[in-house]
Amino acid sequence: MDRRKFLKTSTAALAAAGAASAPWRRASAQAGPIKIGLLAPLTGVVASGGKEMVEGVQFYLDSVNSQIAGRKVELVIEDDASNPDTALQKARRLVEQGNCHMLIGNLLANTGLAVANYVKGTGTPYFIPIIAADDLTQRQRIKNVIRVAGYSASAFTHPFGDWALKQGYRKIATISQDYTFGHEQCGGLAQVFTEGGGEIVQQFWHPLNTADFSPYLGQLSDLKVDAIFAMETGADATRLIRQYASFGLKARTPLLAAMNGTDQSVIRTLGEECDGIIAAAHFAEGSDNPVTQKFTGEYEAKYGKIPSLYGFSMYSGIMWVAEALEKIGGKVEDRELLIDTVLKTELTGSPLGKTVRLDSYGNPIYDVQIRKVVKRADGKYWNVPVTSYPNVSQFWTYDPETYMKQPPYSRTFQGIKKT
Amino acid sequence: MTQATVQPVRIAGMTGGAVAVVLAVLAVAAALPLVLTNYQIGLATEMLIFGVLAMSIDILAGFAGRTSLGHGAIFGVSGYVVVYASAQAGLPPLAAFALGVIAATLVAVVFALLAVRTSGVYFLLLTLALGMIVWGICLRWTQVTGGENGMRGDVRPAWLVTHQAFYWAVLTAAAVVSYAMWRFVRSPFGLTLLGIRDSESRMRSLGYNVSLHLFIGFAVSGFFAGVAGALYAMFNNFVSPSTVALAQSVEGVLMMIAGGVGTLFGGFVGAAAIIALENAVSAYTERWQMVLGVTFILIMIFAPEGIIGMLRAMLARKKR
Amino acid sequence: MNTFQLLNGLTFAALLFVVASGFTLIFGLLRIVNLAHGALYLFGGYIGFAVATRTGSFVLGGLGAMAAIAAIGFVLDQGLLRFVRGNELRQVLLTLGFAFVLNDLALVIWGGDSFTVPIPQLLRGGMRVFGVFYPIYRLFVLVTGIVVFAALWALLNHTRLGALIRAGVDDAEMVEASGVNIRRVFLVTFLLGSALAGLGGLMGGAFLSLYPSADAEILVFSLAVVIIGGRGSLVGVGVGSLLVGLLNTLGQVMFPEFAYFVIFGPMALLLAFRPLGLFGRAAST
Repeated sequence: MDRRKFLKTSTAALAAAGAASAPWRRASAQAGPIKIGLLAPLTGVVASGGKEMVEGVQFYLDSVNSQIAGRKVELVIEDDASNPDTALQKARRLVEQGNCHMLIGNLLANTGLAVANYVKGTGTPYFIPIIAADDLTQRQRIKNVIRVAGYSASAFTHPFGDWALKQGYRKIATISQDYTFGHEQCGGLAQVFTEGGGEIVQQFWHPLNTADFSPYLGQLSDLKVDAIFAMETGADATRLIRQYASFGLKARTPLLAAMNGTDQSVIRTLGEECDGIIAAAHFAEGSDNPVTQKFTGEYEAKYGKIPSLYGFSMYSGIMWVAEALEKIGGKVEDRELLIDTVLKTELTGSPLGKTVRLDSYGNPIYDVQIRKVVKRADGKYWNVPVTSYPNVSQFWTYDPETYMKQPPYSRTFQGIKKT
Repeated sequence: MTQATVQPVRIAGMTGGAVAVVLAVLAVAAALPLVLTNYQIGLATEMLIFGVLAMSIDILAGFAGRTSLGHGAIFGVSGYVVVYASAQAGLPPLAAFALGVIAATLVAVVFALLAVRTSGVYFLLLTLALGMIVWGICLRWTQVTGGENGMRGDVRPAWLVTHQAFYWAVLTAAAVVSYAMWRFVRSPFGLTLLGIRDSESRMRSLGYNVSLHLFIGFAVSGFFAGVAGALYAMFNNFVSPSTVALAQSVEGVLMMIAGGVGTLFGGFVGAAAIIALENAVSAYTERWQMVLGVTFILIMIFAPEGIIGMLRAMLARKKR
Repeated sequence: MNTFQLLNGLTFAALLFVVASGFTLIFGLLRIVNLAHGALYLFGGYIGFAVATRTGSFVLGGLGAMAAIAAIGFVLDQGLLRFVRGNELRQVLLTLGFAFVLNDLALVIWGGDSFTVPIPQLLRGGMRVFGVFYPIYRLFVLVTGIVVFAALWALLNHTRLGALIRAGVDDAEMVEASGVNIRRVFLVTFLLGSALAGLGGLMGGAFLSLYPSADAEILVFSLAVVIIGGRGSLVGVGVGSLLVGLLNTLGQVMFPEFAYFVIFGPMALLLAFRPLGLFGRAAST
C-alpha cells in the first residue's frame, strides 16, 4: 500500500476509534500489517542519498512481495529534509499518528541523534544502517537504537591506517569535513597509523558544503607527504576529487579516501579524476563475490544505476530486521523480544556474500575491503577490492573496555601517538 | 481630554465583550487535549509556540514598521542556552528557561544597537546578516554548542513530560505573554511606535527619541521571541543550528504575514495555518517547499494583509 | 598570503562579480532585493549543464543559460512582481517565495546529485603562472570576470541605455518625467541582471559544482558583495567582490573557525554605520 493512502486511512481510523487507547485496539493490531516508518532526506542537501535509501528498502520489500513472517508490511516514508527539527517532527508523526512499530533510516548524523533522543523516551525500536556517530553504539548507547548493517565511523579507517603503513607510507596529511563523522574517521586512521610509526603531518578541517577547496589544496601541495587522506561526503567529495585533479595534485600524491568519497553516489557523475582512488569499506560494488555481483546486477537493472552505500545499507538493514522477525513469528509488537532477537540475529542473506553478525555492543563485524576505483568495460567507474581484512570489530585490535576509556575522537583528540 | 460620554467598563484593559471572547477561546483551547490524539496535541503545542514567535516579530513589523529576518536567531539562541543550562550545566528547568529568555533579550539588544538607524530593506538585510553570524557561531563553536550535531537533553521538568501537561503549560505561557504583548502595543509606548511606523520625521520633530523607542521595542520583541524559543527547546528536548538558521526567521515572518501584519493575534492564526498546511501537504507530497513558496507569492499578491487583515476588511465592507 | 591563495581569492571574486553585478543592477535601478537571484544562478547552471552536455559546447551552454534565465526573469518581473510594484517589502518576500519554488523545481527536474559542468578541452589542465601550477579554467573565470566588468562599464558609460540606467539609479521619477519609457529600461535591466546570474551559474558550475543548496550560498555572498560595495555602483560591486572573495579565502586559511564572521562582520558593521556601502549613493527620494 502506498504511504499517502496509508496515512490517510490510518488517521481516519484513529479519529473514528476515538482517543481512548483501549487494549482491544492492540489485540486486533496483532494480526494486522507490520508498519515500518522510513525516515530519509528526500529534499535538502543530501537529497540524492535519501532517494537511494528509499530505493534500497523498496528493492528488498519488492523481492519478498512486502511480506515478512506471513504479515503484510506497510512502509510509511517521511522526508526529514536533511534537517534535525524536521526529522523530529516526522518521527513524532510516524510514532504517534502513524503508529509505526519501528523506525528505520535517516542519513545525517544530526538528524539521527535527534530521532534517537526522541525514541529513547518512547522505546520505539530505531534502526540506523546509515548513521555512523560512534557513540550511539559505544559510550552513549541507547537500548532501542540499533545499528543494523551499519558501521561506526572509525571501524574502517583503523585497518586503513594499517594498510597505509604496509604500503610504506610514513607521512600523511588529512583533510576532512569538520564534524563528528569526519573527526572519527580521521581519528581512526591517525591512531593506528601513528601507533605503527607513521606521522600525521597536518590536518585540515573545513565546514560542510565548502565550495572552493583551493585554499586547502594550496597548503596541501606545499607539504611533503606520501599520501593524503580525504574524508568527504556528497557534494564536497565531488568537488574535492575534481579540484584535487585540476590543481595537479592527483599526478603527484596518491589520494586515500573515506569510503563515502568514492561511493557510487559521488563517482557516478565523475570521470577520470576519480580513477585509482583507494578507500576502505565493507562494500565494494565491483567485487567478484557472486552474491555481490547478483545484487549489483539486479539493482542496476531495476534502477538504472550501480548501487551506492545508501541503497546497499538500507537493503541489508531491512533484510536484517526481516530475518529477526521471521525468527519471532512476526511478533513486532513485542519490542523487547524484537530488539533482543535483532541483536542475536546473523544476517545470512547479505549482499556481501558472507554472514554478518553484531558484536556485544550492537555494532556489525565486517571484512573490510581495501578497494580501488577502476573503470569498467562500459566506461563507468566502480570500486574493486584490492585486499581484505577479515572480521574487523569497531574496536579494531584494542580491548573494548580500554578503548572506551579513551575519549571519543574529536578535533582535539585524534588518537595520535605522542613520540 | 474631558470624558463627556460614559466609557464602557474595562477589565484588565479589555471591554466586557472582549473578555467574554477571550475566555471562550481559552476554554476551547484548554479543552482540546481531551479530544485530540497525542500527535495532534503536539501540533497544537507547536502552533502556540510559533504563534508567540510570530507575534514577537509583529511587534516590530506591524507596530514599528520594521520587518526583521533575524528573529529566528534570537529564538534559537534562547533554545541553545536552555538546553545547555539544563543538559550541560545541570540547572533546574525554570532557571534554564529564565537564562534562555535573558540570553535572547541580550542578543536582541546587540542586534538593536546596530539596527536602529536603518529601516525598510536595509533593516531586513542587516538583521539577516546578524542572524547569519549567530548561526555561524552556533555551527562552528563545537565545544559549547555541539556544532552540526546540536545538543540534546531532558529539559522538561518531570511534571510536564506528558503531551497534555506540556500543552497546558504552553497554553498558559502563551496566554500570559500574548496579554503582555497586547498591553505593550496599546500602551503609550506602543502608540509611539505606531507613530514612528507612520512617519518617523514627524515623531522626531515632535521631540520623540526615535532611536531609543526602536531600541526598546526591539529588546521587548526579542524578549518574547526568547520565551517562544525556550518553550520550543522544552518541546523538542533538542536544539541544532537549523533552529537558528535563516529558514527559521523566514518561517516566522511568513506566519506573521499569513496572519496579518499589525494584527498581533494574527500570529497565532498564521502559525496555525502554516503548520496545519505543512502537515496536510507533506502527507501527500515532498513538494512542501514548492507549496510554501507558492503560498508566499500568492499572499504577497492577493492578501498581503493576511487572514485577519482580510477578515477585518470584509467586516468593514459589510458595515458600510 | 602567497600567490596561490591570492589567485584563489581573485578567481572566486571574479565569479562573485559576475553574479553580484546582476544583483546590483536590479537592486540599484529597480530597488528590488531579488532574493531569487541565487536560485536563478543554480537554475542557470543546471540548464547550462544540460545544454553543454547535450551539444558538447560550453559556449552554447553559456548562451543557453543566459537566455533561459533571462526568460525566467521575465516571468518573475512581468508575471509576478508587477502586482507588487512600489512596495519594497512585498517585492522582497515575493522573490523569496519564488526562490523556494525554483529550488524545489530544480530538485524535481535534476534530482539531488551534484553536477559539474564539463570544462571545454581547451581549458583543461593547468599552467605555470607567477611560479605556481594553476588550473587554466580558473584563470579563464578570472579573465571572464574582467571582460564582464569592461562590458558593463562600456554599457553603462557609453550607451544611451547605460545613461538611462545610471540616471534611473539616481532618480527614476525624474527620468520618467523627462519622457523616457522607464518601464522598458527596468525590464531590460531585469533581464540583463538575470542573464548574468545564469552565466554565473554555468561558470561556477564548472569548478564549484551544482547541488541543492548552492543557491542559498551564492545569494548570501552576493548580498555581502552588494552591501559592502554599495547599491547601484559597478565599481562598488567590483571592489565588494574583491573584498569578499579575498576575505573568504583568507578566512578559510587563517581563521577557519570564524569563516562566516569574516564576511558578515564587515557586512553588518557597514549596514549599521554606512548602509550605502563603500560606493553607494543615496537615491534622490
